[in-house]
Amino acid sequence: MSAVTARSTTAPSATVRRRRPLRLRTVLLTAVGWLTALIFLAPYLQMLLTALKPTPELMKSPPSYLPSQWEWSNFADVWSLKDPPVPDALLFSLYVAGMSTLLALAVGLPAAYYTARHRFRGRGAFLLLVLVTQMFAPTALLVGIYREMVSLDLTDTAEGLILVNAAFNLPFCIWILNAYFASIPKELEEAAFMDGAGRLGAMVRVTLPLALPGVVTALVYTFIGAWNEYVVALTITSSGDRTTLTKAIPGFVTAYQEQWQYLFATSLIAIVPVVVLFIFVERYLISGLTAGGIK
Amino acid sequence: MAVQDFTTRTAGSGSGSGSGSGEERTTPGALPRRVRTGHRLRALEPLLWLGPALVLILAVVIWPVVEMVRTSLMDISSTGLTRGFAGGANYADLFAEPDLPGVVLRTLVWVVGVVTVTLTVSLALAQLLNSRFPGRRMVRWALIVPWAASVLMTALTWRWMLNNFYGVVNRVLMDVGILDKPVNWLAHPAQAFAWMMAVAVFVSLPFTAFVILSGLGTIPAEVYEAARLDGAGTARTYLSVTLPLLRPSLLVAAIINVINVFNSFPVIWAMTRGGPGFATDTTTTYMYKLAFDNQAVGESAAMAVVNFALILLVVLVYLRVVRGREETG
Repeated sequence: MSAVTARSTTAPSATVRRRRPLRLRTVLLTAVGWLTALIFLAPYLQMLLTALKPTPELMKSPPSYLPSQWEWSNFADVWSLKDPPVPDALLFSLYVAGMSTLLALAVGLPAAYYTARHRFRGRGAFLLLVLVTQMFAPTALLVGIYREMVSLDLTDTAEGLILVNAAFNLPFCIWILNAYFASIPKELEEAAFMDGAGRLGAMVRVTLPLALPGVVTALVYTFIGAWNEYVVALTITSSGDRTTLTKAIPGFVTAYQEQWQYLFATSLIAIVPVVVLFIFVERYLISGLTAGGIK
Repeated sequence: MAVQDFTTRTAGSGSGSGSGSGEERTTPGALPRRVRTGHRLRALEPLLWLGPALVLILAVVIWPVVEMVRTSLMDISSTGLTRGFAGGANYADLFAEPDLPGVVLRTLVWVVGVVTVTLTVSLALAQLLNSRFPGRRMVRWALIVPWAASVLMTALTWRWMLNNFYGVVNRVLMDVGILDKPVNWLAHPAQAFAWMMAVAVFVSLPFTAFVILSGLGTIPAEVYEAARLDGAGTARTYLSVTLPLLRPSLLVAAIINVINVFNSFPVIWAMTRGGPGFATDTTTTYMYKLAFDNQAVGESAAMAVVNFALILLVVLVYLRVVRGREETG
């Protein structure tokens, strides 16, 4: 914005007149910007500060802002906890999220590729189905999902969760991959095909690498969605060794125990990696999430 | 023309008439062999590529929709046994619930309030992120955190921060002098609901701000230049140039937000569980409680069907917006 203004003021006198307000503007913007960042980070900062407090200090009223003693050992302690079983839940969540992502991509890649490259009967209907189901959340269909999982005998299994996570993230995957495949000139692929790469070879060696940002975005988004999923895990799994991290974490604060320091130490272990992943794909996300409504 | 198009498609290039001719020339040997079997296979080819996706969507997204509607018409015992067809009995039970009017009214306040505030604040946030200042990238990263983090965990932090005795919110408000003794924020329905709405706004802001930011990016610089030459000031430019051009992004952001906020479960579940009683429930948490606390599965399904019908309505509006854009743009 400021650059546009600076470039458009051609007369030197105008530049001189404008320089001072511009600098004030930048200072103000910076202050507001950094304050905004602080506000958005505050709850997570509070998470960190609570996770680092020694146990007795948590029950101090009024609370202290900073830990009197920085208990970094809290982060080590959670790995050996049995109630809730943090390491098991971490592994289970990793497995569920990983498999959901693989399934969504394995199923979504061919569908997205074919709809981007070919015109056929039913293509419009298929894309409409994808567009509509992208707006469906498992929460809204919870009773139906629960009844289905009961009748398929998939409650309390990783497979049940994997199916739900993969299916509900599939529309986003198809949508964003479809957009990427469609943007890659077909001629590039044809050229590889004529060089003897074969249909599949041309797709794997030429198109897929070019669509990599889309693939990575679909991958990361599905993984994070499944990693953070709570409602379905709450509904179709019961506590035990088949517990996702989101399902396990509230178990730190029950009628029998209040271990907020462990709750937040575990939360941070769950949050930090996905935030880092998310930052990498953020700029590719919007077009997929708004179904190309905004480009 | 049509015949030629068909042959090239049976040959497996299948991508319209434009590029087919080149391939015909280079793969003359493959053509006749494939045409013979291609007739019937051709119709099945899309199924080969789309089949798995279709199966997954139909089995895991559409089946629950059907199952939900079916369940809402069935008489199901508290232990989950189906005792037969119930007709509209579940709906009658649902609408006779004394708590329902309050829950519906709260849902309305929840959706309208959270979405309105989210959109308003997001407009400002997007404007901020669109300007140049040192550290802008860090600010953008900070904004991503509530988006990427589990909503459940974020809501749990807020519950802890709002704790009567140990929460930092009371500490800050007392240190500043706004409160002279701690307030038990989440114990009183109205206060609890207001805080939960604030948390719902907090977790909805990043996505919305980034959608609007991406909308700002589509506004060409010349438009601003023209407004400047016409002598429009900052406020005037924003109101008569930026806002109208942001309409598409705002509309899409609003619709997606309505759906997300309506379905929002973890915020309420983590902070009050809809309690005390049903005093802070929305139709979404109420539906859950009917099924899994009260064991009234049929009635819960009826609630779910009502919720889902409302969402479908919003989705239809969304389709009109998105599809309309595709056709015109």
